[in-house]
Amino acid sequence: MTGERSAVVVRDIRKSYGELTAVDGVSFTVAEGEFFGILGPNGAGKTTTLEIIEGLREPDSGEVRLLGESPWPRNVKLLPRIGVQLQASSFFEKLTAKEQLQTFGALYGVSPGTAADMLELVGLADKANEQENKLSGGQRQRLSIACALVHDPDVVFLDEPTAALDPQARRNLWDVLRAIQERGKTIVYTTHYLDEAEILCDRVAIMDEGRILALDPPAVLVRGLDAPTHVTLQKGALSVVDASALDGVEEAHENEVSLTISTRRPAPVLSALAERGALDGLQVRAATLEDVFLDLTGREYRA
Amino acid sequence: MTAFRTLSLAMLKGFVRDKVTLFFTFLFPLMFLVIFGLILRDVGADKTKIAVVGDGQVVSALRDSGVLELEQYNDVDAAVQKVKDGDLPAALIVRGQQLEVRFAQSDQVKSATVLGIVNGFVDKANVAATGQPPRFTFAAEKVEDASLKPIQFLTPGILSWGVAVSAVFGSALTLVSWRRKQVLRRIRLAPVSATSVLSSRLLVSTGVALVQGGIFVGIAMLPVFGLKLSGSWWLAIPLLLLGTIAFFALGMLVGAFAKTEEAASAAANIVVLPMAFLSGTFFPVEQAPAWLQAVSKIFPLRHMNDGMLNVLVRGKGIEALVVPSAVLIGFALVVGFLASRVFKWEE
Repeated sequence: MTGERSAVVVRDIRKSYGELTAVDGVSFTVAEGEFFGILGPNGAGKTTTLEIIEGLREPDSGEVRLLGESPWPRNVKLLPRIGVQLQASSFFEKLTAKEQLQTFGALYGVSPGTAADMLELVGLADKANEQENKLSGGQRQRLSIACALVHDPDVVFLDEPTAALDPQARRNLWDVLRAIQERGKTIVYTTHYLDEAEILCDRVAIMDEGRILALDPPAVLVRGLDAPTHVTLQKGALSVVDASALDGVEEAHENEVSLTISTRRPAPVLSALAERGALDGLQVRAATLEDVFLDLTGREYRA
Repeated sequence: MTAFRTLSLAMLKGFVRDKVTLFFTFLFPLMFLVIFGLILRDVGADKTKIAVVGDGQVVSALRDSGVLELEQYNDVDAAVQKVKDGDLPAALIVRGQQLEVRFAQSDQVKSATVLGIVNGFVDKANVAATGQPPRFTFAAEKVEDASLKPIQFLTPGILSWGVAVSAVFGSALTLVSWRRKQVLRRIRLAPVSATSVLSSRLLVSTGVALVQGGIFVGIAMLPVFGLKLSGSWWLAIPLLLLGTIAFFALGMLVGAFAKTEEAASAAANIVVLPMAFLSGTFFPVEQAPAWLQAVSKIFPLRHMNDGMLNVLVRGKGIEALVVPSAVLIGFALVVGFLASRVFKWEE
């Protein structure tokens, strides 16, 4: 194991609350500078796993090394090196965005001037003097991430930062997360959005019922799935019979608006379609993490 | 140190910007002070009024002394009718050297007062008429006794109560809200001790208590209320600070059990309101039955009230602080210890 290059090492941690097993033997490592996603539906054990790594909870068994140290019991030496954004937006009452950052910064002995940089980073410079409760959901979420970053930590933990945001706010936040990674931070984050993890993460651990079902870069997970690619054309571009006859096509079917072809060898199929000039309304959809989840658990993914 | 200072500042800003809290901290107790102060202003101070028919040496001596209020009538029947109707307790009828008092039997206390006073003035006039110097003399001097003017007991009582309420609510609501919003967890993940977080909140509470003291006493001293402070009033300051600490600890205990702000607020009221009534906030506890006075001794607010009353208006010295201080410190230690045992970082 590459001990000194790993930001987080988790070995076989378990945690039960009475009858309920929240985390059931989870192991993984996160390299320094990596963007690591923990993905799964609600109740999969993502948050508990994160809280054990942060040192907020003691695992029943197993071992955690965070930047080479044990986070439990409360390790004051470690705290300045980690930044944690909590699931709820935790703020002090009635303070403006800038004052929130200054107050959280003061807990770490950070100079008040840092607040302005952080607001800039998360795109809230023009909201510096707004009180926290007057910000929109997306703005609050960005502010809480800024509060997690204000002391310049090495490892950042984000628990569902994009939950309950509208699509535009989510995309804005993705830019923020990428900017954080560019600063050389290690990011460990949980989400239940599969598409998002696919776009942002270097590696993804897919969790369900307290276990990690798969752990790889998103592209590898999808490729390893051996799921067919779906090629969709406008209805009438080609008949179902002609489509089924093409080389490499496994199945073709049609509804009122479109013709869908399933294939595991999209290249010859697409060139055959091009030869016939039948590319009207062409869409190609490769397998996604959703398909991976379906394949791993046998059930449809529902966030 | 910066963490402590910035946290204190953050909490002070949060406090000042919260209008509801400001209302309950300053205006709400002040409303009680003003209402009770105005209602009770003239209690015990009103003079007995009697009807007078005729005039003379005794009547003018009575009028000059001002001990009775005199209402002049020209007709004896009209004056007596006033007594019969129960409007006045007595009528003084002067016929030359002959003085006659007709008094109402129903109000014996007032009638006896009137008879005594009139008799006194008649005797005095008789002594003066003999031209002899009086053999016995006496001098009367006012003493600030246990039965104070209403504003004198209202101000210390409402001040103690206001300080207790804002300390209990301040700490309980902050604790619950921070736990619910996970600010506590966030603080726990920062390299800062729970002590500096707690002491910064306590600093804000004590500052608030001092401002409350200044405002309440300042308003009670306005001529319309007429509070008169004793020379040792400044001894109220240590009492104010100890009271804040004791009730802050009580709030921490309430906040440890309550899950929501609403529950904390209700629980704090259940603790504070009965204590306020039984501790002499709104009426002097000496007027309560003996058993109730005994019960009230278990409340720290009772002792804070007593101490405030003694140093603010009764002019007692530092020895008056001993018992209240000991009770408040003991209460703060015991309750604070309990609160720390049941304290929870998260739900």
